[in-house]
Amino acid sequence: MSILTWTWILTGLSFALYIYIAYATRAKSTGDFYAAEQSVPAYMNGMATGADWMSAASFISMAGLISFMGRDGSFYLMGWTGGYVLLAMLFGPYLRKYGKFTIPQFMADRYYSQSIRLVSLLCAIFVSFTYVAGQMRGVGVVFSRFMGVSINVGVIIGMALVFFYATLGGMKGITYTQVAQYCVLICAYLVPAIFISLQLTGNPIPQLGFGSKITAAGATMLQDPATQGKYLLDVLNGIQKDIGFGAYTAGARPRIDVWFITMSLMIGTAGLPHILIRFFTVPKMRDARSSAGYALICIALLYTTAPAIAVFARTNFIKSINNVRYDAAPSWFKNWEKTGLVKFVDKDGDGVMKIAKGKWDDPKSANEVKIDQDIMVLANPEIAKLPNWVVGLIGAGGLAAALSTAAGLLLVISAAVSHDLMKGMLKPDMGEKEELIWARGGAAVAVCIAGLFGIYPPGFVAQVVAFAFGLAAASFFPCILMGIFNKKANKEGAISGMVVGIVFVAAYISYFKFVNPAFNNKDHWWFGISPEGIGTVGACLNFATMWIVGKFTPEPPQEIQDLVGSLRYPGKLVVPPSAH
Amino acid sequence: MSVHATKELQAYWKENLVIIIVHLAIWFFVSFFCGIMIVDQLDAAFMLGGFPLGFWFANQGSMVIFVILIWTYVYMMNNLDKKYDVHEG
Repeated sequence: MSILTWTWILTGLSFALYIYIAYATRAKSTGDFYAAEQSVPAYMNGMATGADWMSAASFISMAGLISFMGRDGSFYLMGWTGGYVLLAMLFGPYLRKYGKFTIPQFMADRYYSQSIRLVSLLCAIFVSFTYVAGQMRGVGVVFSRFMGVSINVGVIIGMALVFFYATLGGMKGITYTQVAQYCVLICAYLVPAIFISLQLTGNPIPQLGFGSKITAAGATMLQDPATQGKYLLDVLNGIQKDIGFGAYTAGARPRIDVWFITMSLMIGTAGLPHILIRFFTVPKMRDARSSAGYALICIALLYTTAPAIAVFARTNFIKSINNVRYDAAPSWFKNWEKTGLVKFVDKDGDGVMKIAKGKWDDPKSANEVKIDQDIMVLANPEIAKLPNWVVGLIGAGGLAAALSTAAGLLLVISAAVSHDLMKGMLKPDMGEKEELIWARGGAAVAVCIAGLFGIYPPGFVAQVVAFAFGLAAASFFPCILMGIFNKKANKEGAISGMVVGIVFVAAYISYFKFVNPAFNNKDHWWFGISPEGIGTVGACLNFATMWIVGKFTPEPPQEIQDLVGSLRYPGKLVVPPSAH
Repeated sequence: MSVHATKELQAYWKENLVIIIVHLAIWFFVSFFCGIMIVDQLDAAFMLGGFPLGFWFANQGSMVIFVILIWTYVYMMNNLDKKYDVHEG
């Protein structure tokens, strides 16, 4: 069977499974809709968190991105996993103990203030929309690349599916669908990686394989007998130097920038509402701790494989393309040329493809080959000559990654509207039935807006992803942390801290991304910290402001301090009367 | 259990804080210190199979250690819950 048939079959089967699960687990109450009735087993919550977390970008683009960046790419790897250590120890168990449904609600109750609820819900909506825009586009892109439909049709199919299970099932439906989506996406990611690792190094574990020696079969695959018996990384370093790049295992970015970006991504992860709310869905505090552990296992499976794929794909790609005659190019290159992800421009007219520094469309550069980062994952199974069903699996996996993340984000938006804006602020006496209608309506509207972002992608989406992490790092992280670990943290401090953090990060990022993009380089950044890493500084400013303002303003009421105290131990929660 | 934390519960919280601090110190050490700050020195000093050591920390080791850290934390906290008799069912 052809790749196209396999892709349709596998995608169709996975979609049918998602729809069935969503129907079987549809929500009946607001508790179901927001927090799956706090009945999700820890390991399932871990898998669902993994699917929630790993987006279209993690699945399709990250390995390719790292393959171009070498060791510098490690801030994605450490940054997007290290946050779970913080979640497990600093946030998860205590938020679960609190047990209410949304982050703005936690903020409002802990800081006894409706203004902070408003700031938090706007922040949550902004962060989630920033993120979801890329996901719907991702769905469309996967559809168009693997199934030959247009991007817009792909986006609409994705919208219809998410619409169905997010509005019907709420958190409950989403959680169990995400468990299935995790299984699909991780298989799709690991299977090609394992086969390629075996072919190149004889080691079935890709995580070890990319630090192993190349076997005879691997040398044949690379069409260079001289590489046999050498360490793969040494060979790649050598190739990189031959074509004028720096060694793969060495870094080029200033270390201070890598440090701040890593920190910003970590604390940003720990401050992202769609991840935080996952901890409300488990039965007990101890489940919250272990579900962070399961989540990180699920995530690390993919994240430790990504750098291996990056090394395999980069070595393979350069070896099989560079200095090869175009008419002798491998068949996968010709196949993917149709999608525009790879391209050959014969600048010197000798019919031989050359990879070098610089852009393929820049006449001054000797580089003649366009390599889109996504190709490193998408074409991997074909490069490794795997059967067609494996290629089809990649399509289903990419869709699973994009859809699961989109659904989790849409739930945050819908809960922010129905639970915080409507029930919490505008219409407190509304009944559960009415709130559920608002929640479903909110999810429906959010799906449509997200779909529009997918069909008409605003040019600034890529620019503002730094925003999502920076904002989460500078707003939610410090306030939730202090809210749990410092009984004396008060509302005046939290509000001013949040405002300072948000304004600072927004100003810094906007300046370099929109106002003066020409200055967006390390000579103009403060202390060499790029906009991607500025969330760390924003968080520090938030902490400092909270502390100083707190010194000069009244302590929180005793009942709030008692509430904070009771968050720290398993057992009964002390809810202050004002929080009702 | 009392609302105003008893001495017992305060001791539980203190032990929890110590466990957290130790774990976060390791978290910081493997990622920010080994994976970023002294990465080049580690690369030059030691090879782990085909991996320069610093590169390994940045690309693999820190993540593996993160997973281990969460699970030792889970294990220690579950024991602590039992020690102070606050474990949930």
